[in-house]
Amino acid sequence: MIGLDAIYIAAGLMFGAFAGSHALDGSNPRRWRSAVFWGCFALIMIAGSWLPHLVSGGFVLVMAVLATIGLKPGKDITTDTATRETSAAKLRDRLFLPALAIPAVTVIGTLLLPLWRIGGTPIIDPKQVTLVSLAIGAMVGLGLALRLLRTNVTTAAHEGRRLVDAMGWAAVLPQMLAALGGIFAIAGVGKVVATLATDHIPMDLPLIAVVVYTTGMAIFTIIMGNAFAAFPVMTAGIGLPLIVGKFGGYPVIMSALGMLSGFCGTLLTPMAANFNIVPAAILELRDRNAVIKVQAPTAFLLLFCNTVMMALFVFHR
Amino acid sequence: MLVLSGIAVVILGFALRFNPLLVVTLAGIVTGLAAGFDPLTVVAMLGKAFVDNRFIAVAWLVLPVIGLLERGGIRERARTLILKMHGATTGRVLTAYFVLRQLTATLGLTSLGGHVQMVRPVIAPMAEAAAERDGPLDDETRDHIRANAAAVDNIAVFFGEDVFIAIGSILLIQGFLAQNGISVTPPRIALWAIPTAVLAFVIHNIRLWLLDRRLARRKAAK
Repeated sequence: MIGLDAIYIAAGLMFGAFAGSHALDGSNPRRWRSAVFWGCFALIMIAGSWLPHLVSGGFVLVMAVLATIGLKPGKDITTDTATRETSAAKLRDRLFLPALAIPAVTVIGTLLLPLWRIGGTPIIDPKQVTLVSLAIGAMVGLGLALRLLRTNVTTAAHEGRRLVDAMGWAAVLPQMLAALGGIFAIAGVGKVVATLATDHIPMDLPLIAVVVYTTGMAIFTIIMGNAFAAFPVMTAGIGLPLIVGKFGGYPVIMSALGMLSGFCGTLLTPMAANFNIVPAAILELRDRNAVIKVQAPTAFLLLFCNTVMMALFVFHR
Repeated sequence: MLVLSGIAVVILGFALRFNPLLVVTLAGIVTGLAAGFDPLTVVAMLGKAFVDNRFIAVAWLVLPVIGLLERGGIRERARTLILKMHGATTGRVLTAYFVLRQLTATLGLTSLGGHVQMVRPVIAPMAEAAAERDGPLDDETRDHIRANAAAVDNIAVFFGEDVFIAIGSILLIQGFLAQNGISVTPPRIALWAIPTAVLAFVIHNIRLWLLDRRLARRKAAK
């Protein structure tokens, strides 16, 4: 079976190329900061399965220190606006094809790859089909873009580096937050938070239980950055024993609206970095929290609506 | 109780605007130490947890493609297309993207979109171009329009995907309820995601309409 290691090596080689592009940038006196940062990340991607965890942890610490003192990337190697406008006028709508090929190949791969079997054994691990498809989609997109622009992989590495430099440390933040989630789970943080909530709030009325459950889902998600982490804890702590057990609520309505209340929390927190901090970085916004600020009114209104709907429907079948 | 010190580090660190990567790393170390592990074990735990989550970085494989397309002028082309469309406003461009993103998400096609693949090269330049027809944008307005483009991508997919029966969150709910002796089928859960999907659509698109009105007023004030 083709597992994830092949894809991790591909991604690692790409970050290695970014690191190389920085190391060769003689015009930037601080080039080693970016080169070492992306080099460490590339090594973790390529060799993470075989390196001792202590060594990987050491690389992570080096990255955190470099991000704190500032990566200070050098000037990008790219074209100016006039060149791009000429190119846009020439290539026209063909420019959208490689971009559309990525999701198209991902979707087709997700549907077809599970059918590819030799003697009944799937070639691709079924659990990893989406990631494998995404990687294939990116490769197909790269091939199409290289042909369209009549250029080489060195240019692709420089252009990719330009985008990763626009994000800087924000590009690895989602992975670091997921790692923090793993450590929280080992330390049992979720259970402690749920106990705190259930022990200190009186919940003798069905309406109060509903309000505590939906806002608890949102707040817990804001803290953990992930509604999936909040759902089991809040539902085992408040949802099932009180809303379903004590007050006879309908578990399906409670769970569906509870999860969606958690999503409202996702819109409000820097801890959900890949949805809120990464886009602010990739769009080069000056305020790191600009996306959260735009989302906040919708998130609060939807949380209110979810709470009202649960209060109205969960106890009546 | 002591294991909550990691959360305190996160809240304090973000509030004091320290580098988020440093804050999150420190929170992991503090949590591990508070749970009673020795420092070297904690660093190894951090390394293992980071390695275990490498799948998140696979999405960055699209960076060279998008970088190349930007070099080829994809953002300029997106602008040209919008400038040719009469009646295209920032709010209407974003509403159109909202509809597309939410509808495809309800069919489980969540990969049709994303901040790197769609918003930066195509949607944000379109939304900016529609507003620039009335004159150049100041940095603040440009950032606000871009942030709105990113928000549409998030909200449309969050409150669309749960209508699809085989998405992660629905399967998580089904699995969790099954562990607790409650058997339900995914379509019943997905059905109860529809009212919120509709409300998200209505609420957010009214806000986009209000955004258009604010942008128009800005133009009139000039």
